[in-house]
Amino acid sequence: MRRRRTSSGIMTVSAVAYAVTVFLLLPTILIIPMSFGPDRYLHFPPNGFTLHWYAEFFADPEWVDSTLFSLRIAVLTMIVATVVGTLVSLALVRGRLPGKSLFELLVVGPVIVPNIALAIAMFLVFDRLRLTGTTVGFVVAHTALALPFVIFTLLASLYRFDADLERAALSCGAGPLRAFFHVTLPLIAPGVVSAALFAFIISFDEPVISFFISDLDHKSLPRKMFEDIDYNISPTLAAVATMLTGLTLLALTAGHFLRRGMSRS
Amino acid sequence: MTKRPTSFTLGGRTYSPAASLLLATPFILVMILAFLLPLFTLLHESLSVPKFNLDNYARVFDQEVYLRVMLRTLRISALVTIAALLLGYPLAWLIARSRGLLLGLLLIAVLLPLWTSVLVRTYAWLVLLQRNGVVNQILTALGLVDAPVQFLYTEGAVVLAMSHVLLPFMVLPLYAALRGIPDDYMRAAQVLGAGGFAAFRHVVLPLTLPGVASGCLMVFLLALGFFVTPALVGGPQQMMLATLVQQQVTELLDWPFSGAIIGVLLAFVLCLVLIFNRLIRLDRFVGQV
Amino acid sequence: MSKYLHERRNSSIAVGSAGQVAVRDLVKRYADVVAVNGVSLDVRGGEFLALLGPSGSGKTTILMNIAGFDFPDSGRIEISGRDVTWMSPDKRDLGMVFQRYTLFPHMSVLDNIAFPLRMRKVGRAEREKRARAALQTVRLDGYGDRRPAQLSGGQQQRVALARAIVYNPQVLLMDEPLSALDKNLREEMQIEIKHLQRKLGVTVIFVTHDQTEALTMADRVAVLNLGALQQIGAPKDLYEAPATEFVAGFIGESNFWPGIATSDAAANEQLAVQLEGGEIAQACAATPLRKGTQVRLAVRPERVRLGPAAAGGVGGTVEEAIYAGSVTTLMLRTKGPILRARLSAGDETAEPRPGADLSLTWRPQDARAYPTS
Repeated sequence: MRRRRTSSGIMTVSAVAYAVTVFLLLPTILIIPMSFGPDRYLHFPPNGFTLHWYAEFFADPEWVDSTLFSLRIAVLTMIVATVVGTLVSLALVRGRLPGKSLFELLVVGPVIVPNIALAIAMFLVFDRLRLTGTTVGFVVAHTALALPFVIFTLLASLYRFDADLERAALSCGAGPLRAFFHVTLPLIAPGVVSAALFAFIISFDEPVISFFISDLDHKSLPRKMFEDIDYNISPTLAAVATMLTGLTLLALTAGHFLRRGMSRS
Repeated sequence: MTKRPTSFTLGGRTYSPAASLLLATPFILVMILAFLLPLFTLLHESLSVPKFNLDNYARVFDQEVYLRVMLRTLRISALVTIAALLLGYPLAWLIARSRGLLLGLLLIAVLLPLWTSVLVRTYAWLVLLQRNGVVNQILTALGLVDAPVQFLYTEGAVVLAMSHVLLPFMVLPLYAALRGIPDDYMRAAQVLGAGGFAAFRHVVLPLTLPGVASGCLMVFLLALGFFVTPALVGGPQQMMLATLVQQQVTELLDWPFSGAIIGVLLAFVLCLVLIFNRLIRLDRFVGQV
Repeated sequence: MSKYLHERRNSSIAVGSAGQVAVRDLVKRYADVVAVNGVSLDVRGGEFLALLGPSGSGKTTILMNIAGFDFPDSGRIEISGRDVTWMSPDKRDLGMVFQRYTLFPHMSVLDNIAFPLRMRKVGRAEREKRARAALQTVRLDGYGDRRPAQLSGGQQQRVALARAIVYNPQVLLMDEPLSALDKNLREEMQIEIKHLQRKLGVTVIFVTHDQTEALTMADRVAVLNLGALQQIGAPKDLYEAPATEFVAGFIGESNFWPGIATSDAAANEQLAVQLEGGEIAQACAATPLRKGTQVRLAVRPERVRLGPAAAGGVGGTVEEAIYAGSVTTLMLRTKGPILRARLSAGDETAEPRPGADLSLTWRPQDARAYPTS
């Protein structure tokens, strides 16, 4: 009796859990077929198939420019955040950093402080420093935002890494720099790749700070999307959303296989 | 005797303080330029313009409009947190029980939304909920309603969309907590006479409370300052704190007052974080991809 | 054999200091714990020295300071006559084998072994030749292209050994290198390492907490406890003449019997001790003793001689006889503590029956009297 009640309980909870999974995925997935529909108003199920909205995206210089601008910022942010994050992670794990707890507080800072607060504050200061709408401004802002995730990913790999391997390299006559490049870096590479991907996605998708530090000529893709959603829900957005979802999926799977390949070799 | 080395040569494990600081310098510079300096300037502005006093802060609490926005922000954030917990716990439990392919698929189901643009997911809700959106199309087709229902710009829509957007931040800490419980505990509880639900209530639930607290805090904090989803799904009718600040800045250029609102928000967030200091575990969000 | 090689090596090297390691007054504190408290050691070139002690004795800290992974609060480290106290580890030209295998998992076995040569800018062809030779030395020819993860624990540790010796360092440091291996493999590797050390004439400093390992492998053993050097000497000296009560208890087994010195005695001089329980026994003073000093007498179980009751010596009754094949251990109730005595198989001098009354004697030099601190 009890046994049957237990298993029916488990089945109920499982059913709820699968329903939640559907809830989690369905809205985004529904957009995909709708982006191929021919109507001006999105319809489900779509009444036909067209690539018109995708063509519209690539024909509109505003969409293309903002996409290229976001791509450039995301790539630069990825590089800067990964390098800066690796250096400070090494200092945190291997170093004797004075005021270490202050650093740890600073690392979580951009996560604890709501993005809207950071965005307003950066808008104020960047405006005065003439950094709004500039690549430098965006990259610095997005780097600060991505660093916590980059650092936590790297700390996890560094803590898992056996420090005796570095000692072994030193005892073999490698200086600290060569020990890092020959031994440490190849072995924490999966973590570095994850961190870099996180930084890329965080920058490329970042809507709040981008909203405030964009200017009329230099808009990030999220800012452009925000404007379009606010003013006219055109099916071009569905095409953009579909491409972004695909890109995220691609980045996650690429990261997964890259890391698997690396940890195997 | 040669001098004690000051650079990278100090052993395999430990870089010297000087070398460590050198490694941390780029980080410090970025954080000063994009975190400390902006926040300091804004808060300074809120306290010193037009005069050095607390007038800007008094204004936040004086006017009913602003109080109503703050209360709505707290209420929506709380509702979103509860909704995310109720939806997230069963899912986290299912993931923790799964193995192999199912585990991978379920994890992707949580991680894909986490890393998909907030704008894309918010846009999806707009497409679903607008007057001629998918939900109204279905309702009309089924003959359940005569005229399209107004979903957008209601509090319910905001709570629904935000719960959806923030759900991964609840599921991942819960999953981490549940995965940390050995199956033996549950079996032991059952052997000792606890039925399925009793075993859950007395063994699993207490052990996952830190995960519950961590997920709730994370979702609540994110909800408090959330901008995109409330702005687009809630509109001016359901204005939350972030939209209020945006309006003050972009339309009225009132920096000192915006700074004061941010100051209040920050003080509140800091209190929460200090109280629940140990529960912020960022690694849970990046560890398992 | 070892002595011959030893001499030959010393005579062939003009600079007598090659391979010597000196630790001078080393002090190292961690927070408020003193890990090493003023230890000095002189390791001769080509010598195999074991650092032996329980955990927390400071043996690993000393090794880390010699290796350069840690730096002393005061004191000096010299290698081959050079002061290396503050030198970074990569410049000390040491070979090192760690407790875990610490092979670089992303390199092949051969690349692992060639790594020290690569760091020393040895050309590719020469590198490969010497790495293969080192691989042969540890009897793993043919395994060069494998990944470390494809080898067994013992094989991995042999590769680590090859990596440590490939560039002919004069000093080889080993930090409990065999503790991860099972017993049979460990004994096999002990012999192999010892042979290799003799063949290469390299100085080895070997940290271990396993006394059997230390006694079988080392030319000399340095026993440490609580950060202080207790005794350094050949294995036989340590066993036969422990300098401190700690060494007597730590190396091999000892019975301890409290008592009082009945006369003054110089070190190693014979004296009579009044034992707890009232009986008198002959002993040998480990350090100079004054009449009336509280002492503890240490006697090895196998040095306790058993005779019929009332045949002189102290009285004892057999409580228990524990048969273990080659030896039988007797637990004997006396007027003082319970004593253990050990009989070899075939030794029929006494009947090890529980309840039997016996007399217990020992040669004076087998009972060492240590002042009670």
